Amino acid sequence: MTRHGVTVADVVFGLLGVVCLASALLVVTARNVIHAALWLVACFGALAGCYLVLTAEFVAWVQVLIYIGAIVVLMLFGAMLTRAPIGRLQELDSHNRPVAAVAGLAAGGTLCALVVSAFKDGYVDVHHAAVGDGKAVGTAIFRFFVLPFELASVLLLAALVGAIVLSRRTAH
Amino acid sequence: MHLSLALVVSALLFGIGVYGVLARRNAVAVLMAVELMLNAGNLDLVAFDAWWRDTMHAGQVFALFVVVIAAAEVGVGLAIVLAVFRLQDTAAIDEVTSLADRDPRVLADAAAEVDG
Repeated sequence: MTRHGVTVADVVFGLLGVVCLASALLVVTARNVIHAALWLVACFGALAGCYLVLTAEFVAWVQVLIYIGAIVVLMLFGAMLTRAPIGRLQELDSHNRPVAAVAGLAAGGTLCALVVSAFKDGYVDVHHAAVGDGKAVGTAIFRFFVLPFELASVLLLAALVGAIVLSRRTAH
Repeated sequence: MHLSLALVVSALLFGIGVYGVLARRNAVAVLMAVELMLNAGNLDLVAFDAWWRDTMHAGQVFALFVVVIAAAEVGVGLAIVLAVFRLQDTAAIDEVTSLADRDPRVLADAAAEVDG
């Protein structure tokens, strides 16, 4: 395909990608919402490993802290507070699973064919890449992306206030 | 490392997320599938950042912004799911049809006519 052979980074990324995709499949097929949330942890952990292979150290640790530490815990809270059905497939999945499978396969297959045909010669030189450690990413954020960063903080504040207002019990 | 490897993993992850959003009935499970799709986008951003050797690290910074938006989305989304659960005692998205432009009794009558 290209002039580059298979390197250690290819093998490690491939293994992590297989783990990530397998646990993602279990997330969308598990019969128990709690199990699905725990498979989500495995999927995000493997993705953090993928980011490390791609020299994005800071994004990998943010992935672990925010996704695994906060978002999955929120999901577990939501599943438990809504008393999600456990063990009954027909309660958890809708009846249009075949259509959903066709749509998912079509989306994934089309994207795969597109990116492989467009970037089949692309090669990431992980040994000479600009490593995205905390210093590099922090410099980039506060030098080039200050305004979006501030907007993101305002967005988070608005979401926080909105979530509190939505979940407040109103007096009857 | 071959760029297409990362892109194929990302595309398949997105496809799995699409399947999850369409096939799941529980609102929390749908939110999990949405997270899978957001992470597929993040993997693409990080892979292209490493491929361009971007000195601005735009891809990685965008990935961080996506994480921020995902956190906000999950917070508000779960608040909505909990509010709906408190009002209607269900977390199944196909039972929350009070805003839909159709009358469930009319639908039931039509189904009875088809069956009869």
